[in-house]
Amino acid sequence: MDAVLFLVFAAIAVACGISVVVQRHPITSAISLIGVMGALAVLYLLLGAEFLAAVQVVVYAGAIMVLFIFVIMLLNAGVEPPGGRSWPVRLLGLPMLVILVGLLSFVIRRVFAGGEEVRFGAFTKGGPREIGRLLFTDYLLPFEVTSVLILVAILGAVVLARKEID
Amino acid sequence: MQHLWLIPALPLAGFLVNGIFGRRVSKGVINLVAIGSVALSFVWVLKTLAALGPLETPHVERYFTWIESGILSVPVEFAVDRLTAVMLLVVTGVGLLIHIYSIGYMGHEGGYHRFFAFMNLFMFFMLTLVLANNYLLMFVGWEGVGLSSYLLIGFYFLRKSATTAANKAFIVNRIGDFGFSLAMFLMVVRLGGLDFPRVFSAAQAMPRETDPGLLTLIALLLFVGATGKSAQIPLYVWLPDAMEGPTPVSALIHAATMVTAGVYMIARSAPLYQQAPIAMDVVAVVGLATAFVAATIGLTQFDIKKVFAYSTVSQLGYMMLAVGVGAYAGGIFHLVTHAFFKALLFLGAGSVIHALAGEQDLRKMGGLRRKIPVTFATLVCAGVAIAGIPPFSGFFSKDEILLAAHHHAPWLYWVGVLTAAMTAFYVFRAIFLAFFGDYQGEHHPHESPPSMLGPLVVLAAFSLAGGFLPVSRFLEPLFPAGEAHHDPALVVVSVIAGLLGLGLAWYLYVARRGLADRIAARLGALYQVVYNKYFVDELYNAAIVQPVVKGSEALLWRRMDAGVIDGAVNGIASRARAIGAVLRLMQSGNIRSYAAWVLMGSVVALIALGFSGGAR
Amino acid sequence: MDSVPLSWYLILSAVLFALGVAGFLFRRNLITIFMSIELMLNAVNLSFIAFAYKLNQVDGQIFAFFVMVVAAAEAAVGLAIILTVFKSRPSLAVDEVNTLKY
Repeated sequence: MDAVLFLVFAAIAVACGISVVVQRHPITSAISLIGVMGALAVLYLLLGAEFLAAVQVVVYAGAIMVLFIFVIMLLNAGVEPPGGRSWPVRLLGLPMLVILVGLLSFVIRRVFAGGEEVRFGAFTKGGPREIGRLLFTDYLLPFEVTSVLILVAILGAVVLARKEID
Repeated sequence: MQHLWLIPALPLAGFLVNGIFGRRVSKGVINLVAIGSVALSFVWVLKTLAALGPLETPHVERYFTWIESGILSVPVEFAVDRLTAVMLLVVTGVGLLIHIYSIGYMGHEGGYHRFFAFMNLFMFFMLTLVLANNYLLMFVGWEGVGLSSYLLIGFYFLRKSATTAANKAFIVNRIGDFGFSLAMFLMVVRLGGLDFPRVFSAAQAMPRETDPGLLTLIALLLFVGATGKSAQIPLYVWLPDAMEGPTPVSALIHAATMVTAGVYMIARSAPLYQQAPIAMDVVAVVGLATAFVAATIGLTQFDIKKVFAYSTVSQLGYMMLAVGVGAYAGGIFHLVTHAFFKALLFLGAGSVIHALAGEQDLRKMGGLRRKIPVTFATLVCAGVAIAGIPPFSGFFSKDEILLAAHHHAPWLYWVGVLTAAMTAFYVFRAIFLAFFGDYQGEHHPHESPPSMLGPLVVLAAFSLAGGFLPVSRFLEPLFPAGEAHHDPALVVVSVIAGLLGLGLAWYLYVARRGLADRIAARLGALYQVVYNKYFVDELYNAAIVQPVVKGSEALLWRRMDAGVIDGAVNGIASRARAIGAVLRLMQSGNIRSYAAWVLMGSVVALIALGFSGGAR
Repeated sequence: MDSVPLSWYLILSAVLFALGVAGFLFRRNLITIFMSIELMLNAVNLSFIAFAYKLNQVDGQIFAFFVMVVAAAEAAVGLAIILTVFKSRPSLAVDEVNTLKY
């Protein structure tokens, strides 16, 4: 059952990921990305990360992607313009990507050759209670710092996006 | 402490104030600052000299150590002895009169504040030169007056001839300064310092037999410096051209003060020269030759300022002759009287030029004695003074020199007398051409304003009566005594020579006008040679300037500069460009290209990690 | 069929990351490029959570959480930058954004 779920949602994730890359229109890319995120949320759940799965759907697929789509609509971004040459990309891009994936797979296969199995329900510490406790005890300082980070980001966004008042 | 530093510092302050704020303030303020500072300086000189009394011993003031390096220790020290006292009075006194004169002369010129700022700067450096108690500080003043001279010759910098003349003066003076510098190096190395007392005591302690060459060499090198500054053969060529500057500049710098710096310097170095008789002979012969040659050129010139410029060169030659034959006091005496009558000649010439709205050619003047009588009267005063007619100032000082020359070697005396006759001739030739006969020009001459006539009258009084100043007696104790040797016959001869020159000028230019031109035509080639200043400028141009230019062009420019230096620079540049062309491919400004490089980097890092065993 | 090798998750993560990189490299639209970055972040998150499972510690998930927070902030600022860029030139082509070169 686990393997089926994994394979189905991994396939969805990869398919949507490819779609993100190859779609010509940003809107379809964005919707494909939401698909990737949804599929990943299921995989998180399989790995026992209940809270993160929820956050992935609510915050990521929900809030952030809405922001993206909003900007796409606002800028009326259409099909990407042609032209623009970059010889390093053409020369290096594909071979390097293949090497990268190959290397990573090779390393992963070698390192985790011991056959670590993932079983749904084996990891039980991914609930909101545990995460919340850890966030407000061990990770209190980073947590508070992120609040400052977000504040800065809001201010930055406001400054950048406001109309110039001369 | 007499605060000697105030004497040069006041004109310096005037220079700074006028130089910085002069553009924004009125002429009245500029006058007040420029003339006030020089006047205060003059007053301070008087006060100091009054306080110091008879100056039996030098009064030295030490301010701070300027250079302290190994064996070399140069303090900033000012000293006043009798020689400095005389020079201070001449520089500040004549300088003050010429500053006052400039108000009228420069009244209509542009760059008014600039002119006075430079004049004050000149006063600062000249007073530093005179007050210095060591050769290096003297050299500071020496170079500084050269700078001011350059700036003032090139005052009308829109005229090409003015800037060329300024450059010529500056470059020719560099040659002399080179000699001065070498002399200073030798002093530091061999005599152990640059302070006057130390150098002189070291020179006197050095027995002539052991190292006769060293002191002679130092003395000759110093004389090279003096030939540059004081316009002696072979470096006199800059002075006539320097007349491109405004006339007050010619009077102050190129007649009364700066050009006499060389004479002052040799008189100051008298203890050194006493130990180097060969050098003294060289000084005397060069001085006399300069006096003679310049006088012959002066006979033929038609530019009123050029005549007086060659006259200055000639009179400087006299002074050199004096110090060369050991009559230092006589040389300085002539320096003083010359400052009076030559400044007067130039200022009078300036008054004439001013009256004729810029005309300098004697052939376009004539008959001016009724139109500008005060100028005429003062110029005649200067003329009789320089011609050596008793009892006017030039008579006393020139006589002292000629007697000393006769005592040294009679032929020096006879050439000197001949030169004196020529001097009387060319000065009165200029005066007669300008003031007698019929007026040849188109302008309406007008007498100069009181601010110009005042200094003329004062200088005229000094030119007439300056001979009675006891300068020689005042200075005698300072210098090694030469035996006094008064021979009335010799005096009479030189006076007759002067009168003859005057009379001949009268005969040729007043009584028998036109005869002079016929004589000139008869002399033909000889006249042409003299008229063209013996082609010395052309000779220098062909013998020195052109080879240097050509050589510089071929070797320094094409081979060295264009070949080696530019080659190296361009080589480095083109190599850098070649490397950059490769590196530039990465710096495309294209984000995606950068991403590709990052990707490649991470792949390489991963591979490296794998090889180094980081991934087990 | 009750279990999946952990390496599958990690390889999936690698593949998704590579897809993100490919999107970054080959797309010329600023917004698509930005989404590719989000894709890479998600791939990394998957790795974090997989390692959290393997190490039986929740810290990896906390990390993923922080990544999401940073991604949210980044999205806000990044989209604001895109807006600004678009204001200065009516195009979203990343190849034209090269004035920093000069």
